[in-house]
Amino acid sequence: MIAALQRRNAPSPERLLAHYRTMARIRAFENAAERLYNEKRIPGFVHLSTGQEAIPAGVCANLLAGDQITSTHRGHGHTIAKGGDVGRMMLELFGRAGGYCQGKGGSMHIADFAIGMLGANGVVTAGLPIAVGAAHAAKLLGRDTVVACFFGDGAVNRGPFLESLNWAAVYRLPVLFVCEDNRWAATTPTATMTAGPGIAARAEALGLRTASCDGNDVAAVDDLAGELVREVRAGGGPLFMIARTYRWSGHTSADAGAYRNADEVARAKADDPLARTRAQLAGLGVAVHDLDAALAAAEAEIAEAIAAAEAAPPPRLADALGEVQDIGAPVFAAAGARP
Amino acid sequence: MPIQVLMPALSPTMEEGKLAKWLKAEGDAVKPGDVIAEIETDKATMEVEAADEGVLGKILVAAGTEGVKVNTPIALLLGEGEDKSALAAVATAAPAGNGAGSPAAAAEARVPAPAIAAPKPTAAAAPAEPEYSGPTQTQTVREALRDAMAEEMRRDKTVFLMGEEVAEYQGAYKVSQGLLQEFGPKRVIDTPITEQGFTGLGVGAAMAGLRPIVEFMTWNFAMQAIDQIINSAAKTRYMSGGQMSCPIVFRGANGAAARVAAQHSQEYSSWYAHCPGLIVIAPWTAADAKGLLKSAIRDPNPVVFLENEILYGRSGEVPKEGDHLVPIGKARVVRPGAHVTIASFSRMMEVAMAAAEQLAKEGIEAEVIDLRTIRPLDTATIVDSVKKTNRLVSLEEGWPFAGIGAELSAVMMEQAFDWLDAPVVRVTGEDVPMPYAANLEALTLPSPAKVIAAVKASLYRS
Repeated sequence: MIAALQRRNAPSPERLLAHYRTMARIRAFENAAERLYNEKRIPGFVHLSTGQEAIPAGVCANLLAGDQITSTHRGHGHTIAKGGDVGRMMLELFGRAGGYCQGKGGSMHIADFAIGMLGANGVVTAGLPIAVGAAHAAKLLGRDTVVACFFGDGAVNRGPFLESLNWAAVYRLPVLFVCEDNRWAATTPTATMTAGPGIAARAEALGLRTASCDGNDVAAVDDLAGELVREVRAGGGPLFMIARTYRWSGHTSADAGAYRNADEVARAKADDPLARTRAQLAGLGVAVHDLDAALAAAEAEIAEAIAAAEAAPPPRLADALGEVQDIGAPVFAAAGARP
Repeated sequence: MPIQVLMPALSPTMEEGKLAKWLKAEGDAVKPGDVIAEIETDKATMEVEAADEGVLGKILVAAGTEGVKVNTPIALLLGEGEDKSALAAVATAAPAGNGAGSPAAAAEARVPAPAIAAPKPTAAAAPAEPEYSGPTQTQTVREALRDAMAEEMRRDKTVFLMGEEVAEYQGAYKVSQGLLQEFGPKRVIDTPITEQGFTGLGVGAAMAGLRPIVEFMTWNFAMQAIDQIINSAAKTRYMSGGQMSCPIVFRGANGAAARVAAQHSQEYSSWYAHCPGLIVIAPWTAADAKGLLKSAIRDPNPVVFLENEILYGRSGEVPKEGDHLVPIGKARVVRPGAHVTIASFSRMMEVAMAAAEQLAKEGIEAEVIDLRTIRPLDTATIVDSVKKTNRLVSLEEGWPFAGIGAELSAVMMEQAFDWLDAPVVRVTGEDVPMPYAANLEALTLPSPAKVIAAVKASLYRS
């Protein structure tokens, strides 16, 4: 394990304020998604990353436009932090034409290949081999792309976790594995279901160096990710980062998370990454007015996205059969043949 | 606001058609499902059903009009409480044409559910297969597959091969002989025994701009990876709203070899053919193995390429000159005949041909079709044949339930019902896991004798 890093590059007030804006946009999006789901205005499985905003904000701030990420079922924050369009995300949550997936994907399948966002994924751990494959492609193509691979603590118990880390290490691929340890694997406390000395030990057993940080401190995430991304880009091979955080909501929007201890949830909410960043910024002399303006801008952006999504038409019925393959759409399966 | 009824499409490629006749007149009440008109193309006729309840307010396109573009409004339907005065609003509000550019018009317009006439036989969008009359060379299927990969790797630097033992060991079945030597370890990659991992890796590499060929030592082991094949590769394009295709070839030995028992003897055609987003190819001859694998590597879609261990050592004539590409989605009539059609693929083609030889001695001429591509299935070639022979026997190594024969039976019901003189007969592997003992194994696999019996049943002979 890399020794606790000194804060060599404490972020400037400007950089920290940019993180705050990103986190505020994610928070506003997640709060809106939760509200819209509860009001039955959007359907499906919506997995919220409320409380985990500092990790995508701090990691993606260190990625270049050509870098790539893979995400999870809990992926809204990653898309936003990588530069995704919240308007097209919201259209997708509403299942409307013009959404990222033309209404055919929904929350769990949002992808934006143009910005290197290779997709949320509805299958736990499925993003890991995809990230490693993208990194392998970068190596073969001679590109200096870095792939940041986000996944949760629940993923470490699935087979592809081992398969992916092993491959990335064997080929020294440019992957930064980012484990967002929110302590809950769906509705089960991860610690009760994970043998051995912990997540880092598993990665280290495969020869990956690991480092961990307080995932609710965006400056710490930024600092650690910055160092690791630089090292990965310089050819240092795959590295493994653990960011400790907490999932404020249940597993999905339909899950109240009542199986959790109320004190545990209350303590986690008191450790709000946005509030912490706000306090840091105030300490650096940033005016309250500017902080409030960041929150207001985020709220306004999301409100506009919701209004636009609700006004947008549904996808055309004919499009239900499109975009399956490059050879054109299938014909509707038919009954009542009439030669 | 009156509802626009739009000119529907019989198929995704249809651009225009003839509005043959109106079955309802202006002023008639219609309910959802009522047939209101008939449209025609040169290929088929389709009934147009109302999708909504209302009164046919105005017919915009007269009966007999030719060349009506798809999505053109053809009528206006008045909803509850609307009278004819509402029609005037549409004249100004709705743009001419399909209104696709206007969200409001698109939202208002209803594409009528096709009342669904006969589905059109498909030969996919495949180009015609070029006739080759140049010199050939005798090659094994194994060599033909290797040459296909080598040629495509020379042609396109983004193509690479990975799988267990494909590099140093030259392939578990020696299909990748010489590739490591020619292309080096960056493009011929040995993997650990990690099917789910390297399959997902291939998908990621395809998303990032490469064209991976993923070899499964056999398809039996791909069951570890089926999540990535279906959930990632096959669905990428659809789930992302068409942003990204996943150009990747999954290939390896499929089906029963000999005496390797239940977990190593499975035939996966129908498993993968079930899934939209995948192309499924199962070649028989060396020439087709080469030409189809080359086409598969160039195809922008994920392709499941099902080889066969026993066929690897079989030889055939393979074109020697030029770029030998066989179109995906085209079946081939291998042996013409007038009395019965036998449709099969992969190693079972040997059984089909042996049966046809035997039947010919008894005066029964079987037309034998090699499907070659399972999905998209070339139904046109099969339907054309059955229109001539009036009988179909399907032959596959896999299990009967929901197998390829079941699909062919359904196709015959839908597209050739009036031409059938006998029920379709399916010859399949027996509905059991593959047994180990030689006699039991032979019993469960299709044989020429079983095919001959099926043909005779179809001809009502004994």
